[in-house]
Amino acid sequence: MNNNLKESITAWEPAAVWSECGDGWFTVPADRFRDLAVRLRAEGFDFLRSLTGMDWGGEGFGVVYHLESTATGENVVLRTMTPDRENPVLPSVCDLWKTAELNEREAFDYFGIRFLNHPDMRRLFLRDDWVGYPLRKDYDPSQNPLRMSNEVSKDSTASFELMPDGSIIRQRNVLFDEGEYVINIGPQHPATHGVLRFRVSLEGEIIRKLDAHCGYIHRGIEKMCEELTYPQTLALTDRLDYLGAAQNRHALCMCIEKGLGVEVPERVQYIRTIMDELQRIDSHLLFFSCLCMDMGALTAFFYGFRDREKVLDILEQTTGGRLIQTYNTIGGVQADIHPDFVRKTKEFIAYMRPKLREYHEVFTGNVIAQERLKGTGVLTREDAISFGATGGTGRASGWACDVRKRHPYAAYGKVDFEEVLFTEGDCFARYMVRMREIEQSLNIIEQLIDNIPEGEYQLKMKPVIRIPEGSYYAAVEGSRGEFGVFIESRGDKYPYRMKFRSTGLPLVACLETIARGTKIADLIAIGGTLDYVVPDIDR
Amino acid sequence: MFDFSIITSWIHGWLTSWMPLGLAVFLECVIVGVCLLLLYAVIAIVMIFMERKVCAAFQCRLGPMRVGPWGTVQVFCDVIKMLTKEIITVRHSDRFLYNLAPYIVILASVLAFACLPVSRGLEILDFNVGVFFLMAASSIGVVGILLAGWGSNNKYSLIGAMRSGAQMISYELSIGLSILTIVVLTDTMQFSEIVLRQADGWFLFKGHIPALIAFVIYLIAGNAEVNRGPFDLPEAESELTAGYHTEYSGMHFGLFYVAEFVNLFIISGVAATIFLGGWMPLHIPGWEGFNTVMDYIPGFVWFFAKAFFVVWLLMWIKWTFPRLRVDQILTLEWKYLVPIGLVNLLLMVIVVVFKLHF
Amino acid sequence: MEVRNPRIKSMKYEDFNDNEYIESMVRELRENGTNVVVGCLDEVIEWGRSNSLWPLTFATSCCGIEFMAVGAARYDFARFGFEVARASPRQADFIMVAGTITHKMAPVLKRLYDQMADPKYVIATGGCAISGGPFKKSYHVVDGVDKILPVDVYIPGCPPRPEAMLYGLMQLQRKVKVQRFFGDVNRQIDRKECEELLRRDLTAEKNELNVEKDANHEQ
Repeated sequence: MNNNLKESITAWEPAAVWSECGDGWFTVPADRFRDLAVRLRAEGFDFLRSLTGMDWGGEGFGVVYHLESTATGENVVLRTMTPDRENPVLPSVCDLWKTAELNEREAFDYFGIRFLNHPDMRRLFLRDDWVGYPLRKDYDPSQNPLRMSNEVSKDSTASFELMPDGSIIRQRNVLFDEGEYVINIGPQHPATHGVLRFRVSLEGEIIRKLDAHCGYIHRGIEKMCEELTYPQTLALTDRLDYLGAAQNRHALCMCIEKGLGVEVPERVQYIRTIMDELQRIDSHLLFFSCLCMDMGALTAFFYGFRDREKVLDILEQTTGGRLIQTYNTIGGVQADIHPDFVRKTKEFIAYMRPKLREYHEVFTGNVIAQERLKGTGVLTREDAISFGATGGTGRASGWACDVRKRHPYAAYGKVDFEEVLFTEGDCFARYMVRMREIEQSLNIIEQLIDNIPEGEYQLKMKPVIRIPEGSYYAAVEGSRGEFGVFIESRGDKYPYRMKFRSTGLPLVACLETIARGTKIADLIAIGGTLDYVVPDIDR
Repeated sequence: MFDFSIITSWIHGWLTSWMPLGLAVFLECVIVGVCLLLLYAVIAIVMIFMERKVCAAFQCRLGPMRVGPWGTVQVFCDVIKMLTKEIITVRHSDRFLYNLAPYIVILASVLAFACLPVSRGLEILDFNVGVFFLMAASSIGVVGILLAGWGSNNKYSLIGAMRSGAQMISYELSIGLSILTIVVLTDTMQFSEIVLRQADGWFLFKGHIPALIAFVIYLIAGNAEVNRGPFDLPEAESELTAGYHTEYSGMHFGLFYVAEFVNLFIISGVAATIFLGGWMPLHIPGWEGFNTVMDYIPGFVWFFAKAFFVVWLLMWIKWTFPRLRVDQILTLEWKYLVPIGLVNLLLMVIVVVFKLHF
Repeated sequence: MEVRNPRIKSMKYEDFNDNEYIESMVRELRENGTNVVVGCLDEVIEWGRSNSLWPLTFATSCCGIEFMAVGAARYDFARFGFEVARASPRQADFIMVAGTITHKMAPVLKRLYDQMADPKYVIATGGCAISGGPFKKSYHVVDGVDKILPVDVYIPGCPPRPEAMLYGLMQLQRKVKVQRFFGDVNRQIDRKECEELLRRDLTAEKNELNVEKDANHEQ
């Protein structure tokens, strides 16, 4: 962080304390935090990259905010905490950054931190009758045996407000009225791409309200990571967003390497970049297939899958895995590339380009597809930033949010590629961004594939890896947005807290805004073009 | 061309020679009914198999391969399984309507199916307002679908049924208009007569421009009428799971499934009858040798070949196009197809009055 | 690559090799004169069922993508008659539990299973569905779907390759073909008892049943 910003933050809020440890952060007392947040928002910090709930043991509970200014690209990390372990209360920032709404619900779910003036303080992932808060360090798992009773969906929610006399009152907010025609979509539904669940209030075919329920595939990966050594945690990242397995693992490896201060060899950088881009092509092909299937064009679905198998063949030959490769390791990659890798990749590039034209003929040019996608589900640029909807969704709204350009990593600084931007923000723009990104990915691979430098593919690492004390954040451009990893280390061989910035959670958050007023068939198209992967949302 | 009425009248004569007329007619009715249902079942099985193979071919797949040669016995397996599967009764459903719905759908389908003239002398229901009867009979199906949606006590089913109601009733108009265009050309509503008038050329060629327009409108509207292709909103799998038949299992679902496919065949059969000459062979004026060879091919072969060609066309459309949205479907019908159909009808009247047809 | 003497506890090595233990058990049953009436009709019905198993489109995570790949062009399970993936549980014949089942999902899955019409089968796909897999230690994951559903076939892998899935599906076909000898996992109560339960269900004013008003339509 540059010194100007540091000085001005200290000037705005004298109570903020700077700590130089890892990435460096400001600690702000809870009662002063809200003012500073408002000020920072006004100063152009409009993108809340990540919001992490924390349990600092005796110091109490807190939240870590990663903020970025989209105009200047400056980053700042803020922390706030409350020492009250019985009844932790912190101010909400969900009116400043809309993405905070779901993230604060997540923090409430994990740690039981209540956010004042948050309109919807329900659990996000776990059942309403769950006992305790699982990510607290003193959580006892035996409190929650497997419950086979059906879960009741409540039609109302609660918010907490601070009264002038300092007491906190609980207010009841109604989600759905008695007379509303509420239909339930999911968790098992062909168009939710997994086990996401929506409750939708309809008026005829038009959506009036939408309430997303997550957590049907919440596996508690973040808690599990706290009991695993760093190399062991790698295995779980592949299973977060399985269509971005290489990228997720890349992010975690980068974060750990950042903490260790290790610089990986150039060969590894190149291989990782190529693998990331192959994975991106794989993911976007699946996106194309699934969107077509959701919209009823089944033949295009099979075309996409046919070509996706070609990518998987290449990945499999080198890594041994089709979907989940477990390829990146701390300080390198698992194995050197296969002798045929370069040849096959080039063949694939030559094969893929004409196929993209075929897709456009079969689906993009189709008048029904155009009619259904154009103009539906518009997300404005401001909303995209406020929701933190990165990836193809953000770029379709005109927000240049590509991490590969904003914070170049691996070999992305060395290649020349275009960041695909659209301004319409509708379903068609989101679709086209991804189709054009396949071309860009092919370009990137083409530039790198012949120039993979010789050298080590794996650095020699210590048998036990300990990250120095501090907190670290690293992000990559995943298949569907910024995938970030936040590690707080206390110098152990286990992370103290590991948080993954989900690429899909902001997309679910903005769904309500996009889908309101559209038809139920549009919801399917919107969900298809947002392209979320549910295990990544739920973690 | 072989006339099947020789056989039927011989049977009739033989039966009446040794039993009273009333009994003979009753017996004939039973035989005809059984044959009709058998044919119905066979057509359904052929259609389902064809659908699978055709869509597999479009999708770079093989389709059923393992059961019987090229998977030909696959559909029999499905039938056996469907027959032995449990029929679930849903709690809080309207038991009577819920159980009645599939039978209404299948009844409408069989009634419409009986109108198709398969070959010369092989018409089952053939009278002077045959076209009218077909339209009326096939419309009963929508009642069945609405009942299914209402009776199942499921919101998806209800939405699917409502969509289906809006869609089918709208598109019936276009079907009626396009058939009416041909009725103007033939001045008869009897199917056998319509086919006979096409001995010197199919109506698609005789009526040239207006007939061609009517044919295209008919294909679009027909596709919508049977809830298929880009118009499969009532059962839109990705939106409403299975639409109006979400709650049906076992053979009740099987009836819906079969009716859907046979309805597709009926739509194609009617298209073949009124536009493509039904069981009339292809004749090219002047090519006498060719025409005699064509005459040797039996009429029912011609009919089925034409009908399955139209079926194939509709399957091609179904597997290529994405699904429309409900408002787009209604816009397409009321803002485009109906006006075009009306103008086309006028055009056909002009063509007929001034004898511009061939 | 040659497989060097794999040690598999639950299955004899010879069985693993030819893997026809189901058929050999049936042969043994017949030879020993066990009183089993082999009706021809039974055989036809089971042949029909085994060749027309329609899956429920159900997937929670990674295995679901591989399941889609099994249906897609290269692997194409339509060849074996698994053609029509139904989205409505009423019309499906087996449920392929592809992916992790969490505590929140478990009642929903059970309900989906209950919504299916008999005969119905369950395939547990992948490590998570078999035993919890890599997430066994998590606070929110069910250690194996066989804790809540009767499972017919297990397909190991994380995720299993499409070939493995096809193999597993064919194992299910074999199992269905000889179902009359081994019975089916779902008929653990006899008909009378089942009707009694149903009647009680229809008349009961149980709280749990009334939940349906809010939480139904999982389809």
